[in-house]
Amino acid sequence: MTKEEIENGTADMEIDQRELMNGERSELNAVPDGFNANYLKVYYGKLFPHADIFKWMSYGNDGKHPGCDESYFGRREFSFTLDNDIYLRFQSFNTASQLENSIKEKCPFKIDIGPVYSIDPAKRHAYAQSGNNVFTPVEKELVFDIDMTDYDDVRYCCSGADVCLKCWTLMTIAIKVIDPALRDDFGFNHILWVYSGRRGVHCWVCDPKARRLTNEQRSSIAEYFRVYKGNENSQKKVSLTSSALHPFLLRSYKVLEEFFEGNLLSNQSLFSTEERYEKILEMIPDESITSELRGKWQDNKKSSISKENVNVDRWKQVKKILKSGKQKAQGLGKCVEEIVFSFSYPRLDMEVSKHMNHLLKAPFCIHPKTGRVCLPIDPNRCEEFDPTAVPTLSKLLEEINTGGLGTDDDAEWDRTSLGKSIRFFRSSFLQPLLKSCKEDIENSYNAKLQHSKTSLTW
Amino acid sequence: MEIIGSQRKPVHIDVVPTLPLYRSAPPLEVRLEDFELYAMDRLRVLKGIADGLSRGKKSEEMKILADHLWKANMRHPDASEVVNKDIISHFVLRLVYCRTEDLRKWFLSMETNLFRYRLLFERAEAQRALMAEFDLPYRAASHAELESVKEGLKQVAQSFGQPLAADAIFYKVPFEEVPELVAGRRVFIHKGYAYVAMNQVVSLVATQFRSHLSKALILTNRKWTSTIREQEKDRLTPIVEALCSSYLGPDYSQPREVAEISIKDIDQIGKSSFPLCMRHLFEKLREDHHLKHGGRMQLGLFLKGVGLKLEDALAFWKAEFSQRVGSERFDKEYAYSIRHNYGREGKRTDYTPYSCQKIITSAPGVGDHHGCPYRHFSEENLRAALGKMGISNRAVEDVMDKVRNRHYQLACTLTFEAVHGTSCDAGINHPNQYFSDSQKVLQSKNQSTV
Repeated sequence: MTKEEIENGTADMEIDQRELMNGERSELNAVPDGFNANYLKVYYGKLFPHADIFKWMSYGNDGKHPGCDESYFGRREFSFTLDNDIYLRFQSFNTASQLENSIKEKCPFKIDIGPVYSIDPAKRHAYAQSGNNVFTPVEKELVFDIDMTDYDDVRYCCSGADVCLKCWTLMTIAIKVIDPALRDDFGFNHILWVYSGRRGVHCWVCDPKARRLTNEQRSSIAEYFRVYKGNENSQKKVSLTSSALHPFLLRSYKVLEEFFEGNLLSNQSLFSTEERYEKILEMIPDESITSELRGKWQDNKKSSISKENVNVDRWKQVKKILKSGKQKAQGLGKCVEEIVFSFSYPRLDMEVSKHMNHLLKAPFCIHPKTGRVCLPIDPNRCEEFDPTAVPTLSKLLEEINTGGLGTDDDAEWDRTSLGKSIRFFRSSFLQPLLKSCKEDIENSYNAKLQHSKTSLTW
Repeated sequence: MEIIGSQRKPVHIDVVPTLPLYRSAPPLEVRLEDFELYAMDRLRVLKGIADGLSRGKKSEEMKILADHLWKANMRHPDASEVVNKDIISHFVLRLVYCRTEDLRKWFLSMETNLFRYRLLFERAEAQRALMAEFDLPYRAASHAELESVKEGLKQVAQSFGQPLAADAIFYKVPFEEVPELVAGRRVFIHKGYAYVAMNQVVSLVATQFRSHLSKALILTNRKWTSTIREQEKDRLTPIVEALCSSYLGPDYSQPREVAEISIKDIDQIGKSSFPLCMRHLFEKLREDHHLKHGGRMQLGLFLKGVGLKLEDALAFWKAEFSQRVGSERFDKEYAYSIRHNYGREGKRTDYTPYSCQKIITSAPGVGDHHGCPYRHFSEENLRAALGKMGISNRAVEDVMDKVRNRHYQLACTLTFEAVHGTSCDAGINHPNQYFSDSQKVLQSKNQSTV
C-alpha cells in the first residue's frame, strides 16, 4: 500500500496490516512467507488468470460463431480442495464469471481440472436411472506427470520432497525427451509444460485428437514412453534388447548421454564412493568385468586424481571395457545404454496418463507446501528453468505492494513476476491453440452446411 | 446348413478365392457322416497348433506347421469340395466348442491362430481384400513416403533383429488405430502416423476375426441351449458331445480319485508331489506371504484340483497373506476371489485348474512367479531349482536339453521320472496330472514296503 493510497483512502485494504509481523512496519511492503486463505484471497482477487483459464478450457466455444458448442465449457469438471481438506468434486460453470466468482468465493487451496463429460456434471444424478453410461467423459487433455520422488534411487543430492538445481536436471532431460516425441512422432502441436510447484512437471497435450483419445490409446502412448520397469526384486530395471534400439530410443539416447556425461556424472558424484559405484557395477552381468573394475577403484582410493575427475574417469573405464567386446558374455550388448537410461530416462506416472477421468492440478495454482506458483515452462529453454527461483505467493504479494499506483486493475499481474509467465502462456500456447480451434470450428461448420446443402436435392 | 441322410450328393457352390471368414452358416447340404469326419479332421489341425504352441514354437515355425497340418488333414478328393469342408468343419466345431467358457476360449484361440497363419500365406491382393472386409481400409504408403522415413523404418526393423526388405510394403495408419503396436514400440511413428508392416497388419486383421468369432460363439451357445440341443438329441447332439470330450482330456475340476487333502498335509505333499511350477509358487508364497494375481490363480486352482476344500483354502491363504497385509485386508480384498474360484460368487463358474498348455503360454512379468519354470526361468535359476529337488546331474542335463529344444512338457516329464524313479509314458500335460500320478506312485511304493 503506498502512501498515496492510504492518504486517499481509495484502495481497498485488501492486505490486512496485521498480516505484517510486528517490528516490520518499516518494511511496509514485506510479506512474510506463508500459505493461507488471506494470501490466497488476494492472489485469486488480483493475480490468478481466470479469463485465460476460461478461454483455454472453452477451446474456442465462446459463442461468437454459429458453429460453437455452447454447452462445452459447462460440461467440464473442476474440483476444489478447500482449507480443511474438504474436497468438492464435479464443480462446473457455464460462464467465465461463474468460474471466477466461485474461485474467489471458495478460495480453494488447490484447483484440479477433470474431463469434459457428455452432460453437465451438475446434472449427473438426473441421468443415473437410465444406467446406460449416459454420464461419461468425452474429452480430456492427454497429460503426463513426472515426479522427482520416482528418481530417489538415482539422485544423491536430495531425497523425498526436496529439489535442487542438481537433480532438477532430471526434469530438464524429461522435457527434452518427451516434448520432441510428442511433436515429431505423434504429431501434436498444442503442448503446455507446467512446473508442479514442488518437485516435478506436468505436461498438457491439448490437440483435438489428443483430447478425444480413449483410455486404451492413452495407455499405449504412455507405454511407448516407458522404459523403466523396476521394482525391488529386479536387478536390472532397464532391459534393452541387444539388437538395435527403436528410433525413439536412439534419439532419446543422444539427449540422455549428453546430460549423463556432461552433468549427472559429476553433480551426483555417481562413482565417488564404494556404495555408489557398486550400484552401477550391479547392472553389469559379468563377474570378471566387475571384479576388474572394483579392483582398480579400490586401489585408487589413495591416488592423486582430484575428486572432480574420478567420476568422469571411472565412467570412461566402464565404457571402454564394456564396448571392447573382449568378453562376449550375453547381456553386455547394450549395457552402457542401460546404465545411462537407468540414471536419466524420464519416469512417467503411468496411471495419470492412462485414464480420461484423471484430475490434474490447474496451472497457476499455488502449491500449499512450498507457496510456489505452478508456472508454465518453455520447453525450448527448459535448461534455464530454476525451481528454486520460482516466485512464491508471499513474494508476489510483496510485488503488488511495491507496484505503485495503477489505474489498470486488470493487469496487476503484469507488474509482478507473474507477468512474464502469463504473457508466455498466452503467446506461445493459448493464442495458437485458440486460433487453431476457431479454424476447426469454422471448417466443420462449413462442412456441415455443405452437406446439408447437397442433400437438399429435389 | 442342412444335414441330409447318407447317400445324397452334396450341392456345389462357387469356389471362393480368399479365406472364408465364417460370417454366417452358408446354405450347404452335408452328409451326416461328413458332419463328424470333417469336424474331426479340423480338430486334428487345431490340436496340432495347440501342441506346437505349448512347445514354444516361434511364429515362423508355427506358420509352416499350420500349413502342413492343413494340407495333411483338410484335403478332399473332389477339389471343389475343399472349401465346403473348410466351412462345414468350422461351423460344426462351433457347435461343439460354444458350450462352456473354457471350450470357447480354446476354440477362439486356436481358430484365430489358424486364421493368422493361413493369412500369412495368402497373396498380397487377397490380404488386402480381407482387410477391406474387416473395415480396415489402410492405405499402402507410396514409394516417396517410404523414402522419407526409410531411416526410421530400417531402425525399427533392426530392433527386431531383421533386415528391411527392399520391396517391403508398409501401411500408413493413424497411430491411435494400432495401440498395441505403439505400446510395444514395434512401429515407426511420424507426425501422427504409424508405418505398419505387412505381417503386423495381418495381426490386426486376426484381431478383428477373433472379435467377430467371439461374439458369434456366444450367439451359437444361446441357440444350442435353447433349441438345437433338444431338436437334435437323436441325431447331431450325441455326435457333438462326443467330439469334444475325446480331445481335451480330464479337466480336473472335480477331483475324483485323489483323496481330499488338508492344510497340515500341504507342506509335505508339496515337497513330494507338486510339479516344479507349483513348488515354486508355493515356496514364494511361504517366503513372501504374498503372490500376485497370476500366481494366486495358478496355484489356487491347482490346489482346488488337488482336493483342497474351500474352507481349508481360505484358511491356508489367510494364514500366509495376513502375515503381510493383515487379516482384515485379506478378508476385504482376497477372500472374495478365492470363493469366486470355487464357484461361490458372481456367476458361479467353477473354474478349472490350468493345463500345462495354458501355463506355458502365460506371460509372467515383474514380480510374478507363475508360468512354466522350464520356459520362463533362466538356465541358471532352473538348474538351481532342479538341484533343490534332489535330481542327479545327469538327469538335470537331460532336462536342460529338452528345455533348449523348447519341449517344456517333456522336460517336466523327465523331471517326474527322475524324482520318482519310474517312467511316465503318457507325458505330463497338466499339473494336476503330475500330482495324481505322483501320489499313485508314492502310494504303491508305500503298499509294497508295508
